[in-house]
Amino acid sequence: MRQAFRQLEVLRYDPDTDSAPHFQTYEVPCQDDWVVLDAINYVKENLDRTLSYRWSCHMAVCGSCGLVVNGESVLACHAFLRDYPEKIRVEPLGNFPIERDLVVMIDDFVEKLRTVKPYIVSKKERAIEFGETLQSPEKLAAYKQYADCINCLLCYSACPQYGLNDNFVGPAALALAHRYNLDSRDVGRSARADVVASNPGIWECSFVGACSEVCPKNVDPAASIQQMKIAITADYFMRLLMPWRKP
Amino acid sequence: MTRRPYIRPVRRYSWWLSQPRYVRYMLREVSAVFIGSYTLMLIVGLLRLSQGPAAYESFLNAVQSTAGVTLSLISFIFALYHSVTWFGVTPKAMPLRMGGKAVPPAIIVGAHWLVWAIASLLILLWVGV
Repeated sequence: MRQAFRQLEVLRYDPDTDSAPHFQTYEVPCQDDWVVLDAINYVKENLDRTLSYRWSCHMAVCGSCGLVVNGESVLACHAFLRDYPEKIRVEPLGNFPIERDLVVMIDDFVEKLRTVKPYIVSKKERAIEFGETLQSPEKLAAYKQYADCINCLLCYSACPQYGLNDNFVGPAALALAHRYNLDSRDVGRSARADVVASNPGIWECSFVGACSEVCPKNVDPAASIQQMKIAITADYFMRLLMPWRKP
Repeated sequence: MTRRPYIRPVRRYSWWLSQPRYVRYMLREVSAVFIGSYTLMLIVGLLRLSQGPAAYESFLNAVQSTAGVTLSLISFIFALYHSVTWFGVTPKAMPLRMGGKAVPPAIIVGAHWLVWAIASLLILLWVGV
């Protein structure tokens, strides 16, 4: 059988020497069970040791190897070479500054994630000796989907709103805010609303829906944002009609 | 080592041409223009009606002209596209849980189509078709 090959066009950027990124092409063997990450590892090991990229688990759990492959935001470990044509264009995630080659700077996301309090806000401090707060499987099911986020940032890469306005809190951070809002053990909803219900929060989203289409874990951030729009609008009218009610 | 991140330029006006899903989104957004213009036409119709039979007659003639029919047809296609995609996303915005289980999205979408069909039928009966 003839060995199959793919042309890997990789975006390179060296902050020490380059004024702008450029493409560099490598020829890599295409094995039937290889994913794009295997091809990049092949380049690193056999053709060019200077190539920089992030990866860790190789099984769509760590969320490190997000890239734009032929224009689509994907996990490099989740994209089979055999599904691509002969030329495969590999770029870093969109909408983030390029640190080096395929590595992007995600500081903006990390900062935004912090602002939505992505943890359980409890009514009362609980000493660790009391153990975990129990929850029924039904109550877990209410938010489970949104807890599956691996922070791979494919959603930010695919979101045109984030590309046009980087004030936007963005899909993953908002989906995680929703995840904690839906948690029966959490009381942080109104504290999160300062960020979530602001203009750069949910209202910057115009429901393009690309985030949910590229999400490798079916978190569906777009759905979470629309649900929060409804919940926050309902909160607003409840406050207006019944100001004496506590939120 | 220098830290000198490179920020890629954003295509401010043509970004939506880069992916089919963005084009579909823009088509949906632009449907508002056609649905809005159709609504405007109906308001003009009311205005002409209030000005007497002759004015209303000329309005009807304008609506039934080739340009009027073409515009109505385009508005209709956009309205249809808007409605279909709107119903399609309702399970995302309004997920239902009954008895601890998620209601299948197809049922939520189906319920919207059912209400739409009943409402359309009632309106048609009311206007005497």
